[in-house]
Amino acid sequence: MSLSTPNLRLVPSTSTESSKVESILDLIGNTPLLELQNIPLGLPPRVRIFAKLEGFNPGGSVKDRPALKMVQEGIRTGKLQPGKTILDSTSGNTGIALAMIGRVLGYPVELVIPANVSVERKAIIHAYGAKVTYSDPLEGSDGAIQLCRKILAEAPENYFKPDQYFNPMNAQAHYETTGPEIYRQTRQAVTHLVAGIGTGGTIMGTGRYLKEMNPGIKIIAVEPDDPLHGLEGLKHMASSIVPGIYHEEQLDGKIPLATDDAYAMVYRLSQEEGVLVGQSSGAAMVAALKVGRTLKEGTVVTLFPDFGDKYLTTNLWVGWRDRMAVGNLKFSI
Amino acid sequence: MAVRVRVPTPLRKFTQGSDEVSAQGPNVRALVEDLEKNYPGIKDRICDETGKIRRFVNVYVNGDDIRFLQNLETTLKEGDNISIVPAIAGGR
Repeated sequence: MSLSTPNLRLVPSTSTESSKVESILDLIGNTPLLELQNIPLGLPPRVRIFAKLEGFNPGGSVKDRPALKMVQEGIRTGKLQPGKTILDSTSGNTGIALAMIGRVLGYPVELVIPANVSVERKAIIHAYGAKVTYSDPLEGSDGAIQLCRKILAEAPENYFKPDQYFNPMNAQAHYETTGPEIYRQTRQAVTHLVAGIGTGGTIMGTGRYLKEMNPGIKIIAVEPDDPLHGLEGLKHMASSIVPGIYHEEQLDGKIPLATDDAYAMVYRLSQEEGVLVGQSSGAAMVAALKVGRTLKEGTVVTLFPDFGDKYLTTNLWVGWRDRMAVGNLKFSI
Repeated sequence: MAVRVRVPTPLRKFTQGSDEVSAQGPNVRALVEDLEKNYPGIKDRICDETGKIRRFVNVYVNGDDIRFLQNLETTLKEGDNISIVPAIAGGR
């Protein structure tokens, strides 16, 4: 199918009316699963690639799921009580989720964020009214983790720290929601899960559920190919504080990805699929394609952690039209 | 003429763990070459194969992004503070 030929099959013909909800938090999860139509065209016909569009969560990212679960569990166990402040370190999306959830449930939120996260992420967190402390950008997300630990140590009685890197409820949220949704939405056909690793929560929890349903499903992680990278939200494990919830031995494989390949895929997704996402989604898509190319048949599911509107001011989009010009965009994918 | 260069964590394996090093050069291009001389391998991480600063790396001279100055030709003077900063933060 050429891009200039309208594909009538894909024009929506029915409308569904959303049901009424009482809280914005009721809208977390149950995100749509999109089958990519154009980018996988070179794959064998019985290989299909799907992406879960996590940008449809009300906080705009996959992080709404673990943030809500961790806060709910904090309340259930009494660790989070009225008068306490929710404190955590984040490079943005978890911060946005916590800031939103804190507003709904009536808890103040304080976040430690590396100063080099995207301007949009900072603005959104400020808009929810969360207090933000910026950590040294040269120290990356590990610097934020360490500064957050220091703030907590000074007045532990004031805070509830969800501790997304070490809280099993992070992965549990995906075990209870993302995994079952993917299994249901693919009508049990999923054969491969491909997902990026930031805290490891998504791949660990979703992967555990899918393996329980069908031990033959392969769980494959995506990570930056170098400690110095431009894949906001993803972690290069070998050079980082390894999250306590991340267990590499439970994965079937790991794909290292170059930042430039992920960026190129972000442009392709916007131009060829009409899906504008962030760089971690670009990385996930490249990896899903790589997996797809090794198969004769299969259903590869990946996650697009958020949409692209939070990254429009980042280097990702600087000079992108020049790079999109024929011959200028290099793909090793 | 020496300037101070702050090094982000992912590049400290080249600087034996130092978060700040001293380097020399009349402009950023020369500075990068000087860093490469003393810390072999570091240039490849900062610059792409055409020699340009990689898109996901920002270089600041006294707090200003060189993309908004004269890029690699941005001139340096004694005592300038240079920071090499990953354009984004990893981990969520």
